[in-house]
Amino acid sequence: MRKMLLWMIVVTFAISSPVQAKLRVFACEPEWGSLLAELAGDAITVDVATSALQDVHVVEARPSLIAKMRQADLLVCSGAQLEIGWLPQLLMQAGNAKVSSGAGNFMAASQVMTLEKPASVDRSAGDVHPDGNPHVQLDPYRVLAISKALAARLAELDAANAATYQQRLGDFEARWQAAIKVWEAKAAPLKGKAVVVHHSSWIYLLQWLGMHEIGSLEPKPGVPPTSAHLSSLVDVTKSGAAIAIISAAYQDSKPGEWLSGRTGVPALVLPFTVGGDDQARDLFGLYDSTLDKLLGVLK
Amino acid sequence: MRPMPLALVLSSALITSAQAAERAVDPAVAALAERIRALEANAQILQKQAADALAAAQAAQAELQEMKAVRQDAPVAAVASNGTASPSASANAFNPAISLILNGLYENHSQDPVNYQRAGFPLVGEGGPGTPGLHLGESELSFAANIDDKFYGQLTLTMESEDGETHAGIEEAYIETTALPEGFTARAGRFYSNIGYLNSHHTHTDFFSDRPLAYQAFLGNQYGDDGIQLRWVAPTETYLEFGSEAFRGENAPAGGAAHSGVGVKTFFAHAGGDVGVENSWLAGASILRADSTGGEDGFSGRDNVYLFDFTWKWAPHGQFKDAGIVVRSEAFLDDRKGIVVDPADPDALGQAWDGQRRGAYIEGLYRFSRSWDAGYRYDKLWAASAGPYASDFDPQRSTAMLTWHNSEFSLVRLQLAHDQPQPHFIDNILTLQYQVSLGAHGAHKF
Repeated sequence: MRKMLLWMIVVTFAISSPVQAKLRVFACEPEWGSLLAELAGDAITVDVATSALQDVHVVEARPSLIAKMRQADLLVCSGAQLEIGWLPQLLMQAGNAKVSSGAGNFMAASQVMTLEKPASVDRSAGDVHPDGNPHVQLDPYRVLAISKALAARLAELDAANAATYQQRLGDFEARWQAAIKVWEAKAAPLKGKAVVVHHSSWIYLLQWLGMHEIGSLEPKPGVPPTSAHLSSLVDVTKSGAAIAIISAAYQDSKPGEWLSGRTGVPALVLPFTVGGDDQARDLFGLYDSTLDKLLGVLK
Repeated sequence: MRPMPLALVLSSALITSAQAAERAVDPAVAALAERIRALEANAQILQKQAADALAAAQAAQAELQEMKAVRQDAPVAAVASNGTASPSASANAFNPAISLILNGLYENHSQDPVNYQRAGFPLVGEGGPGTPGLHLGESELSFAANIDDKFYGQLTLTMESEDGETHAGIEEAYIETTALPEGFTARAGRFYSNIGYLNSHHTHTDFFSDRPLAYQAFLGNQYGDDGIQLRWVAPTETYLEFGSEAFRGENAPAGGAAHSGVGVKTFFAHAGGDVGVENSWLAGASILRADSTGGEDGFSGRDNVYLFDFTWKWAPHGQFKDAGIVVRSEAFLDDRKGIVVDPADPDALGQAWDGQRRGAYIEGLYRFSRSWDAGYRYDKLWAASAGPYASDFDPQRSTAMLTWHNSEFSLVRLQLAHDQPQPHFIDNILTLQYQVSLGAHGAHKF
């Protein structure tokens, strides 16, 4: 039996021997996969762990993800406890010291100020995050700050390609700054408008656009919408003059549609991350699609 | 002496040919040398560019730090300064993550558990029927934290009431490496063996309120002991994990801490992967070799337990939160050679035993909404046809359950079981259970 085990180890080493010179990056969410593609192109290999149709808070620690984590040189995640239900388990099982801490561990939310950092935490308030709201990908300024930190991290881990990362960051930054100007001009009519949200995951987008949230379909973050709570939202939605009831592509659209039917306020499914709809093929498309859909309900 | 002239001829031939080549290729060599010089110069320029880029990247990071400092979202800044003001808070910042599992049950049995006997399988460990009536289940208190840059530690305490007395126990207390290279992880202390599927999982992550019969019969419900573990994950696209453990051998299926307290050895291998986006699988093969002296069931000798496990999960879009199906099965082969002395009568003559017993279960879980799961499990044990525990009857059990989750931290479960441990003994069991987790948000294994 012991001999067999040894042979198995030898054989697996032999199978897996091809040396991977390229940096291999494990991205927890599609938005960071897209950002990595902007900053590194073909210089790295990226594994994206989740899709826009999954709630990244409750992903399963699947064996395939352990295998990917085992081979990663860098881990890029939102952080702020968003992935707490599965990422620690992957790290514990993969036995990859390169990414469990230090330079190989990059948490996007730690690179910027987070909003909604609670003064005290209590689960009776739902699934709250002590490190603040982790859904930072919908504020273009935060994305820009994260891109700079990420490019620096890539250069630190892979000095041979440092020039590439720097050059691509410059290119991305120029296009992103230009896009922000276009988006802000386009989104001007949304300023001051109110929305009802499914889950408290839109704060960064709303803050950037000068919009505000007047209600949430979930009675508490992470607690599924109940009919009693939805009924209580009917008046709020009408009197608050909400322009839309917004939910993400991965969320159940039924509660939003129910409220929409009672109030006449359109239910809007936004991509939330890259891959959330046909237009959101990269970070630029994500913002284009989000703004187009929001502006669409004003017409 | 013959090789000598041959060597001379050969070497002179080589020299002349080499000289000829040198004369002929001379201009080409010069050209090559020129190119090398050019390339060297080029490399120097590239090196300088890389260094510049690194410097620029560092500058960007510095700029970012500045941005972080300058960009003040007023409410956030206020909270942050409040939070860090008190010295006691910063002292507590290093406290381990604490999580607590609370669990209570009501059980209704159609037979008195006192009369419960399993044909061919003496009850060992905690592998018997539950307590009738209202009672507190196992409460679990767990502390976990990184110890330093190289070690992680975890302690899980259990508290249980039995016959009016409260028992506290150390369920797990181990340290684990976090910085071994090449996918290796080592663990030492008291912990549950990584054999099979359910064995390494805490019971509060199970689909049912009790363990399958095979776990009860062959591992005393769950095999944990004092020991060491080394495991290795292969750098492959398909998940492959191999490992081995050595345990003291105090608990069932072992007993008496044989071999000066290294009575159990295990080997395990697990493989897993995805099929498309919506399907995932995990399979394993394990062996546990236990040497017992005076085990709980009166057995002394060698016990080899072979386990095979398989799990398949399906979920729409790979999102198990709202819907999905899990199918799992594990098969056991228990191969013993030794002597059985009736534990109730230690002076009786021992009976030689060389035989095999088998057990298996298959379970399915259907999650039909965010809050509701339904499941079914079928258990069977195959007794030995000869030896001290010979039986013509094979115990079996069917279990169905319905679980309501309010959130990922709380559940209420209704379970119905039809248990037939002997030919004319049928125990119908109704179980109502609540189970909650408080404190740190645990991350669960697949």
